[in-house]
Amino acid sequence: MMGSNNHTVDDHPLSAPLRDDLENLVLHDDHHHAEETKSFSTDYRSAMSTLPESHHHHPLSPPIVTTPVDFDPLRSPPHLHFPDSPNPNSSTSYIDPPSYAEAVFAPFDGNANGVEPPSPPLRSPSSSSEYLHITVSNPLKEQDTSNSIVPGGNSYVTYLITTRTNIPEFGTGPEFGVRRRFRDVVTLSDRLAEAYRGFFIPPRPDKSVVESQVMQKQEFVEQRRVALEKYLRRLAAHPVIRKSDELRVFLQVHGKLPLPATTDVASRVLDGAVKLPKQLMGESVLAPHEVVQPARGGRDLMRLFKELRQSVANDWGGSRPSVVEEDKEFLEKKERIHELEQQINGASQQAESLVKAQQDMGETMGELGLAFIKLTKFENEEAVSNTQRIRAADMKGVATAAVKASRLFRELNAQTVKHLDTLHEYLGLMLAVHSAFSDRSSALLTVQTLLSELSSLHSRAEKLEAASSKIFGADKSRVRKLEELQETIRVTEDAKNVAIREYERIKENNRSELDRLDKERQADFLNMLKGFVVNQVGYAEKIANVWTKVVEDTRGYVDEST
Amino acid sequence: MEQQRTLSGSSQSPRSPSSSPPFLSVSVTDPVKLGNGVQAYISYRVITKFIELLLSSLLFTAVLMCVVGPFLIRRVGTRKWNLDPQTNFPDYQGPEKIVIRRYSDFVWLRDRLFEKNKGIFIPPLPEKSAVEKFRFSAEFIEMRRQALDIFVNRIASHHELQQSEDLRLFLQAEEETMERLRSQETGIFKKKPSDLMQIFKDVQSKVSDAVLGKEKPVEETDPEYEKMKHYVFELENHLAEAQKHAYRLVKRHRELGQSLSDFGKAVKLLGASEGDSLGKAFSELGIKSEILSAKLQKEAHQLLMNFEEPLKDYVRAVQSIKATIAERASAFRRQCELAETMKLKEINLDKLMLIRSEKVAEAEQEYKEASFLKYPPLKAESEQATKTFETIVKLMNEEMGRFQEQKTLDMGIAFHEFAKGQARLANGIADAWRSLLPKLEACSSS
Repeated sequence: MMGSNNHTVDDHPLSAPLRDDLENLVLHDDHHHAEETKSFSTDYRSAMSTLPESHHHHPLSPPIVTTPVDFDPLRSPPHLHFPDSPNPNSSTSYIDPPSYAEAVFAPFDGNANGVEPPSPPLRSPSSSSEYLHITVSNPLKEQDTSNSIVPGGNSYVTYLITTRTNIPEFGTGPEFGVRRRFRDVVTLSDRLAEAYRGFFIPPRPDKSVVESQVMQKQEFVEQRRVALEKYLRRLAAHPVIRKSDELRVFLQVHGKLPLPATTDVASRVLDGAVKLPKQLMGESVLAPHEVVQPARGGRDLMRLFKELRQSVANDWGGSRPSVVEEDKEFLEKKERIHELEQQINGASQQAESLVKAQQDMGETMGELGLAFIKLTKFENEEAVSNTQRIRAADMKGVATAAVKASRLFRELNAQTVKHLDTLHEYLGLMLAVHSAFSDRSSALLTVQTLLSELSSLHSRAEKLEAASSKIFGADKSRVRKLEELQETIRVTEDAKNVAIREYERIKENNRSELDRLDKERQADFLNMLKGFVVNQVGYAEKIANVWTKVVEDTRGYVDEST
Repeated sequence: MEQQRTLSGSSQSPRSPSSSPPFLSVSVTDPVKLGNGVQAYISYRVITKFIELLLSSLLFTAVLMCVVGPFLIRRVGTRKWNLDPQTNFPDYQGPEKIVIRRYSDFVWLRDRLFEKNKGIFIPPLPEKSAVEKFRFSAEFIEMRRQALDIFVNRIASHHELQQSEDLRLFLQAEEETMERLRSQETGIFKKKPSDLMQIFKDVQSKVSDAVLGKEKPVEETDPEYEKMKHYVFELENHLAEAQKHAYRLVKRHRELGQSLSDFGKAVKLLGASEGDSLGKAFSELGIKSEILSAKLQKEAHQLLMNFEEPLKDYVRAVQSIKATIAERASAFRRQCELAETMKLKEINLDKLMLIRSEKVAEAEQEYKEASFLKYPPLKAESEQATKTFETIVKLMNEEMGRFQEQKTLDMGIAFHEFAKGQARLANGIADAWRSLLPKLEACSSS
């Protein structure tokens, strides 16, 4: 069964031999998990494993491909990250880009229906022949028929998520669709955050509870549809995330989203409560793999408590943690990112007010034109002398020019919005960066906690040993205690190693993502600048032409009076 | 070609009309703030150049014309020459006279001209500013100065108005004299007692007519004139709207300039953060943005002076026509009243003659008296009123024609300047951004 599911993976152009090795690993490891019904742990395991060192490891490819029965491995091609600026075809003629821009501009309007502008991707992605194209459309109101206490039911909106892809792992054909509600998106986002710690995962749209009350239902639904589409497209554009099982399941599997919900607070609290007595008695009940998840509220009260104590200890500098964030390079980068974020924010704000000013200019120019058209009409109707008709004709020339210029301003502005939007996009990305950095911090904290736990366990063991050696003849209970303690130490040691591995992994993810961010950001910003400038040049030329005509037509007046 | 407007320059605005002979060229320059606090005001230097054409020595003049060129200046010191005997041109001290005047002096001149030249469209004055703070802003002062300059030159080049003694006083009287003249005006209540009397009589007659149920035509019924009135009133509305949008457009230019400047600064900061070639690209973008911001501010000023102001001036001119329309209406009413009164007296006389009363002689005497004798004879008065009215009608027709011609010219220039400014701005923007492109290309290839 595994084999049959895996055959499609071989078609992937990306490093076929590497793929084979991965598949081998999968086949071996997954035997253990064949009975695993909880896909969560499978996915988790996929995220946490690392590859053998001997292989040339592409840092961005997923560590392991797991293929539980239901899933098909997903390979998604690179996708446009952001609505790209129109490609300047040549650097000589700047009149063309705006008309190209016009062609692009029209579909941009139509993005409301999920039509993608036909511009080619300007930044070459990792594997260029594959695509993963997602559209969100057709919002429908549906009823939640199960266990509704309130009569009339709990209604919600679902969206049609259509995916078009040539990735072989989506066996079911070039295009398919699935219905999802917003809650599913939250689940997807949460699962990704757990599985891909250290990566810059695009942030999901807000829940915006207040807005949903205040806005008109239709307006809100449309706004959300647009936001969802943007989010899913960003996911599809991330070189690692796009290949994730979570995303694939979300896009492809019909019916209830088979990713575990994290909203069942009650059971989590219970979990924590059950474990608590055992933990209080000094036994570690955490399976190693559970260690590498950050402590969750309710799920792991004891652990939370310990880590809190640890972080306080760190802050107070009482006991110096043996693993510190020593990576100066990282700290510098972090500082730089913070600085960058502030500047991007500033630029983004000013970009907004620039856009508004351009829009106002266009509007007022248009109003002026209309006022003159009315005047022209009036003069022509009431004319009793020829000079009035001449004046009316002059006025008409100005009016026409003003109306044309107004239209051009509006087009210019729509394009400007597209380009400068890149700034807004990167601001959103900064959130993802912050959360990736905090993944790192919390992983480090876990390691530190385990280390200090270990050291206190060791000292307890030493004390016990020292005490028992003084007593002649084995004290059975003491021996037993020592044995138990040593068992605990072993388990904790394992957990510590796992935690360290996880921490290192996240560090590596951070690093590679930072590199990717830098490269992509440079390219994106440069494109933004080019697009913006080309746009301005093109439209300014057009507007100049419009007015030059009027200058010529009225030249006689100035020559006369001089 | 654009003449540079400077606060202290004495060059005329391109919109100030040039005189027909005799040449009277006026400059309103050098606004200076005088006085303190609420009493503060702006004074202007009014420079009058009086250029005479010596008709007596035509040959000499002809030679001079060939030699000197288009400008013919024959200085005769302070001697006053009365030139064209057909005109009643007052005696001007030539060749140049400088006086100091303030805004209320201009108002005085406008009011005097308006009273004495009914039927002529008096050139409009710029408004008094309502907002205290704005009153002394450099821009407002410059706008007002330009408008005052145009005002005086229009009067000086108007065939009738230029002969006015009031104009001469305004241009030549010493400051103390001017102040005395100005203070004789009773401020808001500019009407003289005789005018007030007239208004009272008008009201009285209207009331009595209503009471007596007389269907007296108080307004003209000339359809062409009706059409012209309707045209004037409608025109004002349309023009006011256009002017409003023109003013807003000026503001938009300023706003866009400001936001470009802010954007440039923010982008430069971003460039500093980025560093490398991208950082350089951002910083270049920022620099260009700031350059363009300055261009926009400059253009906003040009737009204000050369487009919005002429439109405003147009609106004021139409308002001045409305004032003349009101004058014509009251002249018409006066004429009608007096004619009516005359007719009543005649009817009375005839009636008396018919009944052959001894009162006939009395009535005849009265009529004779009314017709021929002593006091403002009713007939003379009536004839005067008719003449006044007819003069107004004639003048208005001429003025209307002249007004339309002038406005086509004024607007033509304004449109030209507007379009020129917009084209200049757009080309400037295109050039600035275009120069950035090779640098951006260089960045991406590196």
